[in-house]
Amino acid sequence: MDADLIVQILFAAIKTGTPLLFIALGEVICEKSGILNLGQEGMMLMGAVVGFLAAYGTGNAGLGVIAAMAMGAIMSLIFAVLVLQLGANQVATGLALTIFGTGLSAFVGSGVVGQTIQGFQPVMIPLLSDIPLIGRILFSHDILVYLSFVMAFILFFVINKTRMGLTLKAVGENPHAANAIGIKVLRVRYLAIMFGGAMAGISGAYMSLVYTPMWVENMTAGRGWIALALVVFASWRVGRIVIGAYLFGVASIMHLVLQGMGWSISPNLLAMLPYVATVIVMVIISADHFKEKLLAPRSLGKTFDPREMA
Amino acid sequence: MPDSLEKHISIARLELANITKQYPGCLANDKVSLTLLPGEIHALLGENGAGKSTLVKTIYGVVAPDKGDILWNGKEVSIKSPSIARDLGIGMVFQHFSLFETLTVSQNIELCLSKLQLKNIGDLAQRISKLSADYGLDVDPHRYVHSLSIGERQRVEIMRCLVQSVKLLILDEPTSVLTPQEVSGLFGVLRTLSEQGCSILFISHKLHEVTEICHKATILRGGKVVDTCVPSEETPATIAKMMVGDLAEQDAGYSKQEGGHIVFNIHDLSLTTKQPFGTALKNINLSLKAGEILGIAGVAGNGQDELMAIISGEEERHVKASLELNGTPIGHLNAGERRKLGMAYVPEERLGRGAVPDMSLTENTLLTHSEGFVKNGLVQWNVLKDYANTLIDKYKVKCHGEFSEAKSLSGGNLQKFIMGREIGQNPKLLICAHPTWGVDVGAALAIHQALLELRNQGAAILLVSEDIDELFLLADRMAAVCDGYLSPLVKTEQTNIDQIGQWMAGTFINNTAPINSDTVEQGTKA
Repeated sequence: MDADLIVQILFAAIKTGTPLLFIALGEVICEKSGILNLGQEGMMLMGAVVGFLAAYGTGNAGLGVIAAMAMGAIMSLIFAVLVLQLGANQVATGLALTIFGTGLSAFVGSGVVGQTIQGFQPVMIPLLSDIPLIGRILFSHDILVYLSFVMAFILFFVINKTRMGLTLKAVGENPHAANAIGIKVLRVRYLAIMFGGAMAGISGAYMSLVYTPMWVENMTAGRGWIALALVVFASWRVGRIVIGAYLFGVASIMHLVLQGMGWSISPNLLAMLPYVATVIVMVIISADHFKEKLLAPRSLGKTFDPREMA
Repeated sequence: MPDSLEKHISIARLELANITKQYPGCLANDKVSLTLLPGEIHALLGENGAGKSTLVKTIYGVVAPDKGDILWNGKEVSIKSPSIARDLGIGMVFQHFSLFETLTVSQNIELCLSKLQLKNIGDLAQRISKLSADYGLDVDPHRYVHSLSIGERQRVEIMRCLVQSVKLLILDEPTSVLTPQEVSGLFGVLRTLSEQGCSILFISHKLHEVTEICHKATILRGGKVVDTCVPSEETPATIAKMMVGDLAEQDAGYSKQEGGHIVFNIHDLSLTTKQPFGTALKNINLSLKAGEILGIAGVAGNGQDELMAIISGEEERHVKASLELNGTPIGHLNAGERRKLGMAYVPEERLGRGAVPDMSLTENTLLTHSEGFVKNGLVQWNVLKDYANTLIDKYKVKCHGEFSEAKSLSGGNLQKFIMGREIGQNPKLLICAHPTWGVDVGAALAIHQALLELRNQGAAILLVSEDIDELFLLADRMAAVCDGYLSPLVKTEQTNIDQIGQWMAGTFINNTAPINSDTVEQGTKA
């Protein structure tokens, strides 16, 4: 393989990995607070369709992104009220949110199926994009890709270096103890869930405004689910989520590349690659129970009732 | 004799008036009133379920009272949440620890501090180390809490309040896991705080401690204040009488017993630890005779957990030759197989290891006790329920019934149930960790008598406890662990609290062996 091909593969891997990165970053914050939101796919689809509609209506892709974020946050707010206020089961509520989002997005978007819009254009970052190889791989993307870089960096910093991050981890580990030392557990969880929703919204907007600038029913093709696996795969660490998202990107486009190189393997088998990779890595990670114990938020998925004092 | 309080007299720091809290099926607090002066060390006494925990949770803002007023420095306040309590200057050390296991000690403490406090403190880790040294609360700020033993966790909790400058410190059984030396150290801390004007509300079941340090005591029974007293003018016996009512029966001295044949034997046991910050066991030899109680003293985290795990079979690594039960090597057997040979085990951790939190007491009975309750693979629920009820009656377990979930019981009541369940199997060997931790006087008495009865029937009992008084009361022979070494075994009559205290600090380890050896490095770094 020549250098040019590698650059092309990596460039495409970043593009493919970006929506996963957005949504997984949102989900990791949500899970760190102890909430498992399986509604990612639904929120992402709603983000995609609303983002597309807004951009289509106004002609402004930026407004599309903002609308998508708002939509994702609203979707997650429904989830938050059910789960936090009413104590509903997180798994069931999340699944319902996905089914709801899938159906509603198809309904809302039925009028614009097949329409195209002018999405985001690549922005070459001066100087940086001139660096050989790396410049083309990393710094010749559209603005949302750069936004994902920035978000990953900010979240890494917030989780590992700030009191906010400490509070988030504390709430996800032992909400009763957090409540006892005066942390407002429900507020932290509301914010974490809605952040997750907004990120899912951007992720959806990336699909419908950049990746393939159009709206098709179910266009996220399971990325919301992959993101959930990615968070576990990354053992709830931001750095590993970044690596995982791009690895996933590489795995996703490898089947195209290999087909292009004339490999006579069924494309269906090759398309399995990213999923197989996920399973293998998850097996390797869970082999070390001790590390898993340290990393996974202890109270993930459990309902917290402040009146029930541990 | 506690100092006089007159120099501090002013308005009350805290005044509770007619606090009432009704839970479904239980009136937890019934018109409780209490006054706490600045600098006063006030004991809150009562049996399990008397309403002490509910009352302190009310003060700390975790529980909202149905009726009643709270006055803080003479002003009426409504403490709706712990953060309001903390802003007022109220700190609390919980009985069930409220620490975050995946965070380090210093992160745990940091979370409790406001930004302003943090700024004033500067380097938190340094401050913690300094407080550790000042108060003799040995805690490494950089360790992860999940690697700490119960005793160490409690030190972190106390530290967490010391770092904040609290005006009222609530301690829920703070001394139950400390060595006698540490307890006197803690009392030094409390006296200093009291002299500085900090009020202390102190829940304890150890009445001699209460008479030693507290200025005043309020006694609760069934949610009501039944009496108040000045502990220094009372004896533990008179206070106990107020707590339990007229039927008070005291732990008297029990006769010691010479054991019979050897039931259980550990020979040259050494094992590295798998846990980060665990303690490796070093060359442990021990033999336990029929009809004796062998007590092992030691500060938490000195190898007790590891030793218990190996004996009970929870430790999965096989140590075939060095463990023998009635002459049979059992090192290669798992926990269930060992139980079949007549071993019973009461672990330190009641919820999660001693009992399944979400399951009923009936179901929890079946957990270690299936003989006679399962026929042709089917559970005989009626027989099982009757048996669970027998246990509940016999050990006076306070609960709604045999259908109550294990997690709904208070720690002491659950412990009574677990003890009863294990003793009920008539084991040949009972291993028992901290049998009465957090258990009230009446229940402790019941547990003690049950243990002695079991001993008198010829069972061998290994008792690990951090309560030295209890060990002296029950054990026929004693030893101490320190840093994974086991001290010599002595007859209880031939030793005293000073010697055991010194052994707990490791004086028996010969000088060539490093006292604080490299156990930390042997575990995997986190």
